[in-house]
Amino acid sequence: MKTFRIGGVHPAENKLSAGKAIETLALPKQAVFPLSQHIGAPAVPVVKKGDVVKVGTKIAEAGGFVSAAIFSSVSGKVNKIDSVIDASGYRKPAIFIDVEGDEWEESIDRSTELVKECSLTPEEIVGKIKNAGVVGMGGACFPTHVKLTPPPGCRAECVIINAVECEPYLTADHRLMLEHPDEILVGVGILMRAVKVSKAYIGIENNKPDAIRLMKEKAAAYPGIEVVPLKVKYPQGGEKQLIDAVIGRQVPAPPAIPINVGAVVQNVGTAFAVYEAVQKNKPLFERVVTVTGKSLKNPSNFLTRMGTPMSQLIEAAGGLPEDTGKVIGGGPMMGKALANTEVPICKGSSGVLLMNDKEARRSAPQPCIRCAKCVSACPMGLEPYLLATCSAHGDWERVEHEMIMSCIECGSCQFTCPSHRPMLDYIRLGKGKVGGIIRARNAKK
Amino acid sequence: MANKFIVSLSPHVHGGDSVQKNMYGVIIALIPALLVSLFIFGVGAAIVTLTSVAACVFFEWAITKYIFKRERTTVLDGSAALTGILLAFNLPSNLPVWIIIIGALVAIGIGKMTFGGLGCNPFNPALVGRVFLLISFPVQMTSWPQAGQWASYTDAETGATPLALMKAAIKAGDPSMLSELPSSFNLLIGMSDSCQMGAGCIGEVSALALLLGLAYMLWKKIISWHIPVSILVTVFVFSGLMHLANPVYASPLQHLFTGGLMLGAVFMATDYVTSPMTHKGMIIYGVAIGFLTVVIRTFGAYPEGMSFAILIMNAFTPLINTYCKPKRFGEVVKK
Repeated sequence: MKTFRIGGVHPAENKLSAGKAIETLALPKQAVFPLSQHIGAPAVPVVKKGDVVKVGTKIAEAGGFVSAAIFSSVSGKVNKIDSVIDASGYRKPAIFIDVEGDEWEESIDRSTELVKECSLTPEEIVGKIKNAGVVGMGGACFPTHVKLTPPPGCRAECVIINAVECEPYLTADHRLMLEHPDEILVGVGILMRAVKVSKAYIGIENNKPDAIRLMKEKAAAYPGIEVVPLKVKYPQGGEKQLIDAVIGRQVPAPPAIPINVGAVVQNVGTAFAVYEAVQKNKPLFERVVTVTGKSLKNPSNFLTRMGTPMSQLIEAAGGLPEDTGKVIGGGPMMGKALANTEVPICKGSSGVLLMNDKEARRSAPQPCIRCAKCVSACPMGLEPYLLATCSAHGDWERVEHEMIMSCIECGSCQFTCPSHRPMLDYIRLGKGKVGGIIRARNAKK
Repeated sequence: MANKFIVSLSPHVHGGDSVQKNMYGVIIALIPALLVSLFIFGVGAAIVTLTSVAACVFFEWAITKYIFKRERTTVLDGSAALTGILLAFNLPSNLPVWIIIIGALVAIGIGKMTFGGLGCNPFNPALVGRVFLLISFPVQMTSWPQAGQWASYTDAETGATPLALMKAAIKAGDPSMLSELPSSFNLLIGMSDSCQMGAGCIGEVSALALLLGLAYMLWKKIISWHIPVSILVTVFVFSGLMHLANPVYASPLQHLFTGGLMLGAVFMATDYVTSPMTHKGMIIYGVAIGFLTVVIRTFGAYPEGMSFAILIMNAFTPLINTYCKPKRFGEVVKK
């Protein structure tokens, strides 16, 4: 069975909510839409205080090419444009909408009927995706229309659908595949059409045999789409690792990107969002979110409107457990710890994970014993111990030479370290510094 | 705010590995060799091992507390106890207690703590201790008791080891002397008592017991195969070529199963702190150790070269780390 070639670790899977069907979460009283829900320029508000909006009304426009529009997920009145602490922990400008009723834009096709046919041109498809504010749903939130527009000189050879969901605990993608396989496959077909390729692979880890079976069965009716079962190994859902696992090509070090080896990678949730955007005229304003944790009464998967505070999801899953020590937006390997539960669900929110106080605490670091386990675990072939030490000493020249910018921040090094060293903290520091140095150097040229 | 949550950067989970687990894992892997040594050397092995462990742990504790004045003691992490066992395994079972204590002081004090303690030492502490003793007390360190004297300690009858015999054969240029060696199978399991020979240091008698330890450490993923396998293969190939060229040099199996080679390849050269960090580097390190060992054994002044070979390569480890980089992702663009 296929997998990526370098490094990797095996965290405990803890897919507590894998057996729970997707439930639709009740509407919030107030929905909050941060203007930076994606990589790139923040969106620019097109509504003002007091404006009345419907479900699917555009409330903020893309602020540049690498940016994405934001749509209201509720109907009601704009209360204010203020700031909110989002999943990054920073205060960011956001639009606050008070919810009244549930009135949808007329243009949205709300029927559940599958629309298979798509005869749009690639340009029209990309335009529709752009106008629906679709971004990568796996967590990185890179605007999808940008990925579907290869830079000059590059040609896509295949689409790879990331249905790996290698983060422990998360099951949103898994449930989506079980409940909407046809929509996803139509979405994949549209993506193939958009980048003019005839081949697509759906990479699924073999800890989801039911999803592999169902998708294989359904995919038979869609030409050119192949389901690729993958051996369970973290971080297989990393874009570069997935390309290596599925088609055996390795993307060279930055600034190279996947399209340089002919691959366009999209998350399975993105494929679903593309289907809804193109076939149903439905902009991206809701998504499946896993709410989970060992102490949580009822770990669940909720179809959630964007802007809903996480506290509402936690309530719906049985309430915040007494012993909660950490609330994480996303999975335990790459998710972000949140300061409070009022953070709104955004386009990239794949999960809310509650950890008890004991799980939440890091152990005290011990001296590095040079066991080299981090070197073996690194999926990018780097030397985490060295990058961390040189970053701690501020030797930016050395860490750049040692390819610190190739680090994907998957956390495998720190996960595996017997001395519990906070390597990734230091590597992030180094990446930030070196990134700044590289930008300054390029600006001078 | 009602709830105060912990906010830290990802990853938020840990694999559960720890320094202690690794150190105690190696100690568990040493148990078969320890049992064999107790069976062969009896009370002497027990006294030497216990003294060495107790002295190493004591010196680590005392130095941390009274010289470093650190709050947290590091003796519980198991690394000092491990150094103690490894030092003892490299000593003859009739060595007086006071010499062992000096060895432990050098191993822990100079070999490890001088550089800052766990993780900072450039040389394998147990080998620093052993080589110091070998140079300072050559007579006591090279008179090995014969096997099977369970009740005796410093009064045990001693004899020449297979390695000394191999050296003598080379010096005399007489391959027939090698016929006095125990069979390779006896050397493997450590039963060389049939021919009144000194059996060697405490931990190195049974290559089989050490290989069991290697299997355990590989299974538990405490070490990777690269260092031990590259040492053993190099010794086999290099000594094999020499043996083919001139039968006065012992056969490759005799080299593999005698002296400190197996102990060194499995437990000493694989010491985390003093060995290279990349697989490529580990193989270079292993090959060099294997090569140097055979060179010292055949052409050097000492019958055994493992300790020196490892210490020499310890010195090269930083250089190896500088030049041997892992294969970076993206170096292979197409399959």
